Amino acid sequence: MATRKAAAKPNVSAEELLGHYREMLLIRRFEEKAGQLYGMGLIGGFCHLYIGQEAVVVGLEAAAEEGDKRVTSYRDHGHMLACGMDPKGIMAELTGREGGFSKGKGGSMHMFSKEKHFYGGHGIVAAQVPIGAGLAFADKYLGNGRVTFAYFGDGAANQGQVYETYNMAELWDLPVVFVIENNQYAMGTSVKRSTKSKTLWERGAAYGIPGEEVDGMSVLAVKEAGERAVAHCRAGKGPYILEVKTYRYRGHSMSDPAKYRTREEVQKMRDERDPIEQVRQILLTGAHASEEDLKAIDKEIKEIVNEAAEFSKESPEPALQELWTDIYAIEVPQEA
Amino acid sequence: MATEILMPALSPTMEEGTLAKWLVKEGDTVAAGDILAEIETDKATMEFEAVDEGTMGKILIAAGTEGVKVNTPIAVLLDEGEDASATPAAAAPAAAPAPAVAEAKAEAAPAPAAAKTPAAPKADKSPDWPEGTETKTQTVREALRDAMAEEMRRDDRVYLMGEEVAEYQGAYKISQGLLDEFGAKRVIDTPITEHGFAGIAVGASFGGLRPIVEFMTFNFSMQAIDHIVNSAAKTLYMSGGQMGAPMVFRGPNGAAARVGAQHSQDYAAWYMQIPGLKVVMPYTASDAKGLLKTAIRDPNPVIFLENEILYGRSFDVPVMDDFTVPFGKARIAREGSDVTIVSFGIGMTYALEAAEKLAADGIDAEVIDLRTLRPMDTASILESVRKTNRCVTVEEGWPQGSVGGYISSVIMQEAFDYLDAPVINCTGKDVPMPYAANLEKHALLTSDEVVEAVKKVTYR
Repeated sequence: MATRKAAAKPNVSAEELLGHYREMLLIRRFEEKAGQLYGMGLIGGFCHLYIGQEAVVVGLEAAAEEGDKRVTSYRDHGHMLACGMDPKGIMAELTGREGGFSKGKGGSMHMFSKEKHFYGGHGIVAAQVPIGAGLAFADKYLGNGRVTFAYFGDGAANQGQVYETYNMAELWDLPVVFVIENNQYAMGTSVKRSTKSKTLWERGAAYGIPGEEVDGMSVLAVKEAGERAVAHCRAGKGPYILEVKTYRYRGHSMSDPAKYRTREEVQKMRDERDPIEQVRQILLTGAHASEEDLKAIDKEIKEIVNEAAEFSKESPEPALQELWTDIYAIEVPQEA
Repeated sequence: MATEILMPALSPTMEEGTLAKWLVKEGDTVAAGDILAEIETDKATMEFEAVDEGTMGKILIAAGTEGVKVNTPIAVLLDEGEDASATPAAAAPAAAPAPAVAEAKAEAAPAPAAAKTPAAPKADKSPDWPEGTETKTQTVREALRDAMAEEMRRDDRVYLMGEEVAEYQGAYKISQGLLDEFGAKRVIDTPITEHGFAGIAVGASFGGLRPIVEFMTFNFSMQAIDHIVNSAAKTLYMSGGQMGAPMVFRGPNGAAARVGAQHSQDYAAWYMQIPGLKVVMPYTASDAKGLLKTAIRDPNPVIFLENEILYGRSFDVPVMDDFTVPFGKARIAREGSDVTIVSFGIGMTYALEAAEKLAADGIDAEVIDLRTLRPMDTASILESVRKTNRCVTVEEGWPQGSVGGYISSVIMQEAFDYLDAPVINCTGKDVPMPYAANLEKHALLTSDEVVEAVKKVTYR
């Protein structure tokens, strides 16, 4: 199947489009700021930026309903922003402060929000795939009609546990959308150098799981595909695979010089396929928004991000007693 | 307002670097994402991108400069309409913030030692069930099944999954009858796929269920250990207390008989090491039942180590509506005054046998069954050692990094002055389990070895 493009005349309101623009821009500006704070030594360790892949989470969140769950890898800032987690709490977790979502104890790769049904933030490549299926297992067991999005990359797609999970997810008809964010590089290894499979989504066929390839630089194409996947899951037909072709502009992590690809390759993607620029053009050419309107959004986003950065610097480091808390639960609050 | 562009840290360990090359010059217009410079870090040459838009003002550090400290201003970025003479509003940049992690480490050192060893100061010696309670004889196998059935009746979030647990009634018949009573929704046969179903169960626990995962043997848990340790044990901490994994991983552990090296390992010491896990290893049927019920109710991931040889052994079990045994409470299996023998699980077989033999020689051994290894009831061990002044530990696992090694260290730190002899750790031999009957017998622990160790520490 060829990569699906969005319908030529997308059935989408100006309001929705502006929403997508705003959310994608928030992720990009947030990530640029995170990169800057990393450079200043305020963020330590590993920091994996989502710049270039914004359309994936924004499109899929547009296809989700309240109560649906999501779980992803360590490249997780975009997913958290897209599901509505407070940028302040995310940035403060990146700086390892008390105001962070994990009180500074998780860091960039390990963040969670029970309130927003965001189940991490996992640092072990592909561990989130069976966990996502397990969340769907719980939903099916409880009969609440919810769907889980389990995001993973093209690198994770070669881990054995993905296929163990495919097998059981289809066997038990679990309502889980497997989202392969194929950004074409597993750290420094291109997909071509790691598999002879022509596509990754077609591997699901061996387990009876349907899927499709999606243009991950188009937020509307992602949303459309997401709606098909969610409808499949919600109808009780089991899992669905979306291989979303996307691209990360930055290195694998902040310390990656990205010598495995040319500067021209990255620049071409930015110039020709940028997900935010695409929506911007639709908004302007369709006269759904003026340059002034978009500038106002840019300004608003910049303020949100600056506030998050300020908060992340001002929030104190966790109290030393925190070293010894949250190792064992006394009571675990259960899902509503 | 002009802003200073600072020398960035581009790796977790970078403190200074070389400004190799400027890719923009003064007066250039830059947009967020444009590459400004190439910087050599301690690992590689990195491209440095602009975060804000503006016009390049003065370049403060020339290309080719080495040893530029992180956070040194390297250039000035001007807003629209500013000229190059503008200086940043905040002329004095904040001093380079020290990485938070370094500070935390330094300050964490004097953390209260008490928090590390949650040992109750006084041993709890209350009986496990009220005196006069009727008891019945039951095998460990039946006790485990009853515990699961009772908890599944009590809480419909509890379910059992594993290989052959449903239609086959359990590879070792522990789940006998559960499928009939609870149905296929709650007693679930999995494909042979430990890594996958352990991960699914962790996800299900995040999602509000209370999974019991049966490993056909704990040897196969090594396929799943990433999810046990990284996903189940650490999530509560990593989420700042928002969510954890209330679940039980259970199954036979350690040597059975003649099944060779890959099916005979004792994992007690391995799992005992992990903060976030609780580790239980019962010996009697009443403990198997009472502790498994506690494990299923516990809001944390619990490793429940059973033993194939013990499955068929019978013990007294109290006839009670809801019998549970708390974690972290050892059982004095035999009172004595000359030496303390500490063991758990099948090790208790050797410990008790040895105590009988020693009694015949006039040595009065106290035998402690730890029952749970994490939390460990060190208070009971210490109280006993302060009385007997001698200690021998008994386990089937290997010697290096053993449970007994940890117990010895606790005794050294807390009761050194009470010791009249060095603590001896009786363990399995430091070899993979051989298949040949005679070799296997030698690889395993014997009660005679325990007797010999006790005679050493009592100088007899």
